[in-house]
Amino acid sequence: MAIDVKVDKEIDARGSHCPGPLMELIRAVRSAEVGQVIAVLSSDTGSKKDIPAWVEKAGHELVGVVEEEGYARFVVRKAR
Amino acid sequence: MGGTLLANLLACRLRGRAEVTVVDSTGMHVYQPGYLYVALDEADARWLTRDERRLLRKEVELVVEEAVHVDASAGLVRLARGGSLPYDYLVLATGSRIVREEVPGLSEGAHDFYSLDGAQRLREALRRFKGGKIVVGVAGLPYKCPPAPVEFVLMLHDYLSKRGVREKTEIHFLSPLNRAFTIESASRLVQPIMEAKGIVLHTFVNVESVDASKGELLSLEGEVFPFDLAVLVPPHRGAAVVEKSGLGEDGGWVPVDRHTLRVAGAENVFALGDATNLPISKSGSTAHFEVPVVAEQIVAEVEGRAPTPGRAIYSGKVTCFLETGGGRATILQFDYENPPRPPRPSFLWHAAKWAFNRAYWYLVPDPTKTPLHRLTHC
Repeated sequence: MAIDVKVDKEIDARGSHCPGPLMELIRAVRSAEVGQVIAVLSSDTGSKKDIPAWVEKAGHELVGVVEEEGYARFVVRKAR
Repeated sequence: MGGTLLANLLACRLRGRAEVTVVDSTGMHVYQPGYLYVALDEADARWLTRDERRLLRKEVELVVEEAVHVDASAGLVRLARGGSLPYDYLVLATGSRIVREEVPGLSEGAHDFYSLDGAQRLREALRRFKGGKIVVGVAGLPYKCPPAPVEFVLMLHDYLSKRGVREKTEIHFLSPLNRAFTIESASRLVQPIMEAKGIVLHTFVNVESVDASKGELLSLEGEVFPFDLAVLVPPHRGAAVVEKSGLGEDGGWVPVDRHTLRVAGAENVFALGDATNLPISKSGSTAHFEVPVVAEQIVAEVEGRAPTPGRAIYSGKVTCFLETGGGRATILQFDYENPPRPPRPSFLWHAAKWAFNRAYWYLVPDPTKTPLHRLTHC
């Protein structure tokens, strides 16, 4: 399933283990403008729990998660 | 530490066939794991430093000067006073540096034990502390010695208890992750210990700024943590010489092959220890296990042979002790494929850590002096 939203920055964190992909996302969110959309690709299974949990706590929006062959694509909008 | 060890090993293995030079800006060797004990008044700062020259074999040349630029295409290291050193092989054992300025208010508002000065200032602040709210946390990933903030907070409980001010103190541990420690199995072990000691764990706290005048820490997630004393691991970056030479990627970490430790795009350049971009612990232990891998590859090339199988591949091996307070510790041993399975904390591992602390100067910087190396002729 594709997500119909314009992505401003995509980070390929595949092959990086926890907490790598989450930290990459946090770094990107820090430097993004409010409203921008960031996609992070992660092959680490821990990301499926960690990334949505962090996005919720930090008050951003998880636009969607797309399962691909061997990895997942997390799309996040900076909300504040 | 990695540079000292490697220089001694290479000088021994290539005696008479190669010149080995160490470039170090201070000429002093510091045992950084000791900062923790200095901060908590368990050790004197004097046992943490030694003259680098005295730790190097006599065949190794020591240049006490800052390396300011590496020209990898010309095979040249440029020095601060204008000189330069040509090389056939270069090993970047340039470590990491503390960049407190990356978090607004950190220098003014928070203590740390990531430098000798910082550890001594923190020791004084703790001696004066009479109760209140202490926050301990991590202000940037990656950082050196991942267990250190957990060790600190657990030992802080003991320190304050001994001084009779624990009951008047709240201790809060702020983790950037959704658990206390980067490694899940270690978190499962330490979180109940924290709870038993009354240490409050806050997860997903990525430090945004510190307000020294108000005594408040603000997180990227929008929370505010008031404090009377803040102890935060400062952000780290790769060495300035790496960044200025264009050898680092994001954060100034050198991209290397995870098994050979060769720098991407520069066949005769290696990096080890904190300097690399590898997703493993930045610790002396990592460098310790990487040194023989780099040494074997360089020696094999000088000797015109293939590296000995098994000796030239780094498996991601790391061994770290983790103090859990109450005179107990555990040990974390892992590699790229196998996460650690830390044993229950015991007095034995605490004693082992202390024995290692004491034996460091005799065993680690010059492995060629140890009986095993003498037997194997380096």
